[in-house]
Amino acid sequence: MATPDLVDDLLAGKHRALARAITRIENRSPGYRDLVAALYPHTGNADIVGITGSPGSGKSTLVDKMAKHYRDRGLTVGVIAVDPSSPFTGGAVLGDRIRMASTATDMDVFFRSMSARGSLGGLSTATADAVKALDAFGKDKIIIETVGAGQNEVDVVKTADTVAVLVPPSSGDDVQMLKAGILEIGDVFVVNKADLAGSDKTVTELKNMLDMREGDPDDWDPEVVETVANSGEGVASFLDVLDAHADWLDESGRREAERHKRHAEELRNLLREDASELVEDELDARGGVDELVERIDAGETTPYDVADDVIEPLADCLDQQRD
Amino acid sequence: MSHESQRNIRCLVAKVGLDGHDRGAHVITRAFRDAGFEVIYSGLHKAPEEIVQAAVQEDVDVLGISILSGAHNTLVPKIVEGLQEYDAFEDTLIIVGGIVPDEDREGLKEAGVDAIFGPGTPMEETIEFIRENVEQRD
Repeated sequence: MATPDLVDDLLAGKHRALARAITRIENRSPGYRDLVAALYPHTGNADIVGITGSPGSGKSTLVDKMAKHYRDRGLTVGVIAVDPSSPFTGGAVLGDRIRMASTATDMDVFFRSMSARGSLGGLSTATADAVKALDAFGKDKIIIETVGAGQNEVDVVKTADTVAVLVPPSSGDDVQMLKAGILEIGDVFVVNKADLAGSDKTVTELKNMLDMREGDPDDWDPEVVETVANSGEGVASFLDVLDAHADWLDESGRREAERHKRHAEELRNLLREDASELVEDELDARGGVDELVERIDAGETTPYDVADDVIEPLADCLDQQRD
Repeated sequence: MSHESQRNIRCLVAKVGLDGHDRGAHVITRAFRDAGFEVIYSGLHKAPEEIVQAAVQEDVDVLGISILSGAHNTLVPKIVEGLQEYDAFEDTLIIVGGIVPDEDREGLKEAGVDAIFGPGTPMEETIEFIRENVEQRD
């Protein structure tokens, strides 16, 4: 289907068109950029929530209950769930859909699985673009769910307005909480499975960790909530905290600032992608990367010298254009 | 600028209806993953509408339906109808695995099933069939 038709159908609310648009985005199919560019003016109306946390912390079950609550409040929901792919075959089992039982057959919950596809930094671009498709389609709430395992996943949830980090009870001592990474990105911390032993201690440790933060007084104070996603306990108050954060973003002017930051990041990502493609073409034109590397293997030159060699004409070219 | 496309074969492995055994579905899910496919597994006891919802939203190239219960003659056509309703039938490869008596095979194919793989089919055969018959999109 041609891009303009696909865009029209998507904006007209056709599920198939939305699904197909996300596939094109995921595959980086020819013309996918025109597609995203056409959707862009129709975005900006959805609240985007990122959910992350270690495997088994109950993210999918919580997302299922969130979607149900939102639907009960008359809102439409989109979910993007990211799962890892095999570094060897590129294959993946995308297994989170299985837990979306509360909203089964409700087409106003659009659930889409995405695999990491092992692409360097490409995942966050693809996810952000897929979110734009859901946003343009008219979803009120969009949830991005990802396994919080590495930098890739951190980048993905950072494309959300509000980030919730799930911390299972007894997930380590307080030194774990001091470590850098995933705990720094949370606006809300969810101690899920709060009916398990050790839950109170984890809540206390989290609160202590958050108390030590040296933030600006105008900053959002991350909150700690307890849920039992299985039974739905605590989910309503969790959603209230998410709403409070969304309100704070508007009132403090942070939403604008964050959007600006995100646009800058998006631009940089696109340019990085383009630049690396230019470099790949240049490598091919010079006989392929293997040929160049063989000279490094043989000790004739170094990666640094070769890199300088390849980039120099590019840099010269840009220099001349600017004048 | 030409962008390198990163197309992967996407496949939904679906358990529909009342049978409670999904070992076969797990084995095929794993084999598809190892073949480099992206596999979405539906879980047990799904209604045809749930399978349709998943197939449409996930935009899968292949829908693999695993049935052992004998209810294929009622359940499979319902899924096909649902896919048609969302314009998702034409370019979805539909395969059925499990126990299907010989006399039911022609009927299922008429209903829109592209291939049926009975017990003991080598995994490679199914994977090869998918690679050769998956619709070229875009």
